[in-house]
Amino acid sequence: MAAISLNVNGKNFSLDIDPKMPLLWAIRDFVGLKGTKFGCGIAQCGACTVHLEGKPTRSCVLPVQAVIGKKITTIEGLGTEENLHPVQQAWIEEQVPQCGYCQSGQIMAASALLKEKANPTDADIDSAMRGHICRCGTYDRIRKAIKRAAKDTPKADVTGGK
Amino acid sequence: MSNRRDFIKTLGLSSAGLMMGLSASSKPTVIHLNGAGPSALALEINPFIVIEPNGKIILINPRPDMGQGSTQAVPSLLAEELEVRLDQVTIWQSDGKGKYGDQTSGGSSSVRALWKPIRQAGAAAREMLVKAAAQRWSVPESECYAKEAKVFHRPSGKSLTYGEVADEASKFEVPKNPALKEAKDFKIVGKYAPRLDVPARVTGKAVFGIDVEVPGMVYAVMIHNPHIFGKVVSIDDTEALKIKGVQKVLKCERPMPHRTAEAVAIIADNYWAALSAKKVVKVQWDNGTVPHTLTTDAYFKKCAEAATKEGLKGEESGDFAAAFAGAAKKLEALYETPFLAHAPMEPENAIAHVKEDGTAEVWAPIQGPDWALRDLAGYLKIKPEQIKINVALLGGAFGRKAYHDFLLEACFLSKEVKKPVKLVWTREDDITQGPYRPGMMARMQGGVDEKGNIVAYHHHPIGESIQFQVFKAPNDKPDDWICGELSQKEQKYTIPAFKVSFTHVDTEIPIVWWRSVYASNFGFSQEGFLDELIHSAGKDPLKARLEIMTDERFKKVLETLGEKAKWGEKLPAGHGKGIAVFKSFGSISACCITVAKHGAGVKVEKVVSVIDCGHYVNPDNVKAQTEGNIVMGITAAVKKGVTFTHGQADHTNFHQYHVMRFNEMPAVEIHIIESGAEPGGVGEPGLPPIAPALANAVFAATGKRIRKLPFDLNTLA
Repeated sequence: MAAISLNVNGKNFSLDIDPKMPLLWAIRDFVGLKGTKFGCGIAQCGACTVHLEGKPTRSCVLPVQAVIGKKITTIEGLGTEENLHPVQQAWIEEQVPQCGYCQSGQIMAASALLKEKANPTDADIDSAMRGHICRCGTYDRIRKAIKRAAKDTPKADVTGGK
Repeated sequence: MSNRRDFIKTLGLSSAGLMMGLSASSKPTVIHLNGAGPSALALEINPFIVIEPNGKIILINPRPDMGQGSTQAVPSLLAEELEVRLDQVTIWQSDGKGKYGDQTSGGSSSVRALWKPIRQAGAAAREMLVKAAAQRWSVPESECYAKEAKVFHRPSGKSLTYGEVADEASKFEVPKNPALKEAKDFKIVGKYAPRLDVPARVTGKAVFGIDVEVPGMVYAVMIHNPHIFGKVVSIDDTEALKIKGVQKVLKCERPMPHRTAEAVAIIADNYWAALSAKKVVKVQWDNGTVPHTLTTDAYFKKCAEAATKEGLKGEESGDFAAAFAGAAKKLEALYETPFLAHAPMEPENAIAHVKEDGTAEVWAPIQGPDWALRDLAGYLKIKPEQIKINVALLGGAFGRKAYHDFLLEACFLSKEVKKPVKLVWTREDDITQGPYRPGMMARMQGGVDEKGNIVAYHHHPIGESIQFQVFKAPNDKPDDWICGELSQKEQKYTIPAFKVSFTHVDTEIPIVWWRSVYASNFGFSQEGFLDELIHSAGKDPLKARLEIMTDERFKKVLETLGEKAKWGEKLPAGHGKGIAVFKSFGSISACCITVAKHGAGVKVEKVVSVIDCGHYVNPDNVKAQTEGNIVMGITAAVKKGVTFTHGQADHTNFHQYHVMRFNEMPAVEIHIIESGAEPGGVGEPGLPPIAPALANAVFAATGKRIRKLPFDLNTLA
């Protein structure tokens, strides 16, 4: 196997892994970042969502060979407790998570949406979030948090990303 | 009291602390303050508070967190009486050992079961700390008080931290009846507080079971039989072993309470290698008669046959047969609810290390470390003292992760390969293998007199029983979980002739509790059929319920619902409202759902829920849990259930097994009744009224009566 080089959260990793390995497992088990979650393995639930060149992307069905040299951002790269992304901040203020397992994916989708559209309509939000399952049932709070992030944040912060 | 120090050694909490994602503590030297000896008195005087010499206070949470908020709720009770702020303490998860008492998150029991004993533990520790400070100062205890982890001397204003007096305090007898606060004096309990674990849950830092790694571990993927039961005839692993990283393919077992199933597992260096191998391992199964017997159609057919016969009587007040025979209007109906998968977002997983020295350690997202300890000791045939359990955060569970098949599978594999084994189920395993919420039927009978009064009511549940299948209770008596919950004593309807029966119909399809357990099945039949009776009497669904309700708490819930949901207000054409009320897990919950006609079906526009859960810890968490119950309740009503045809599940993953999505979310409103009653549950009681309120709303809007779940919102079929 040839070494696969991945750029995750601004760092380069050279990994000796199967080129067909989905990005999800490379991130979790080889890069060692566990915030990106396994939910279904068939791109139906959104738990594994990361940003690929800024676009929300399901990592569970994307072979690593397709993303060599591309910029990958995971939840850990979006913001930290000390330096929260405005979407994470809004998630805390609205107390969105229950178990929180799906929330990494939800937040990656929401932050990508706000980067694209600083003031999304309800239809925009539906369209961006309908692919993300939350079994705890936090949908109502997610919508409120997205609107809060859109409203409370200086536009440069949301659209600029981190 | 001499063995307090021994408790310190046996606490064994260091890794659990790390796994909570809340504590970065290295292994502490702890002074165990509040020990009671290793007796069964654990719930009277709890070892839930640990104070380090540096003053660091550790509160032990005995209820695993699957998203329901126990991580904060239970320590809040401790902190309230101990007089500490939550941001002054570190919270650790208990490990199943007997000294912590019951440790299973289930039955919406955490706050209601621990309301008094855990507060007593906090209060007892506070009294000991105050006494120690008073002695140090040689002043009367009455001149001292505790606040924010310090003891103060009122006249002089001087103070000592808890850490400074912990050692002396730990030498006192533990007070048996410490004074508890009046509710009006609560500073934490009953007040809004942001959950301190939320930041970790939005930054990818919260450590769930699936995120745990231990040195030297290998990964395992299961090949479960699609027919669940059957024998392994042969395994061809030729292609699998060519995959880099695949170590071994072996026959193994899936132990369930009612039956152990044969299975195959792949052991590999990494999870992807094991998953890749799963696609190329060829297993030949001998499924015997399973394809003919393991079908949901056959099961429901048996239930329908049973519905034509009398069941075992659970209870009867008045003479149902006579009242029914004499009723002016008689109604009979058969209600049906499907099997359902829990489908928590985090699939079942566990790490097990069964060592050759006869000890074992596990790391897993499980709802009950105490039950797991019992199951592991039984399965591995070793003593509980030889087992260490590390409970990780649960990425959802809803009842599923109190069923330990996946944990025992990991143990079997670890024993075989003599290494720590990390087993992760796929979503397909989760949805096709069970255990499931049992599908059930209910035969309903009721009578109304000439004046429109409901005079006879008979609720007759029919189906498989968790007590019988999982706990092997004898089935010559009616299931008392079901009959007890549906009893007049519990549901409070003052119908003169009120009867509950039960008929057991067995199935091999694995079942277990699912959020709100049978209330999720029979809340639907009770409240749907009652709506039928009320309409047949030409009455208003809210007023008619209030007429047959004398219990003040139920009445208050219904009246509040009527007010908040603007019941009785004229609706636009094509709209309808339905209501339902149900008591479960010590709480009364009601909801009103508004639907609007939409093509051949309806759209769910709004859900207003009201809950009286008595005293509660955090109102925002009560609301969050009730919101979650609305989502899961609607999913259960309108999305496909689990069906088995020719012995296997018809749906395998979220592309076929649908759950409610973001864009389907109606407007929601939650109202909490401040009854000040003893605490009831919060995690489940909001769910049972959802399906019947929705079905009743559909009837109001369209005239179509829904008696079978699921139904399609687009077609009402």
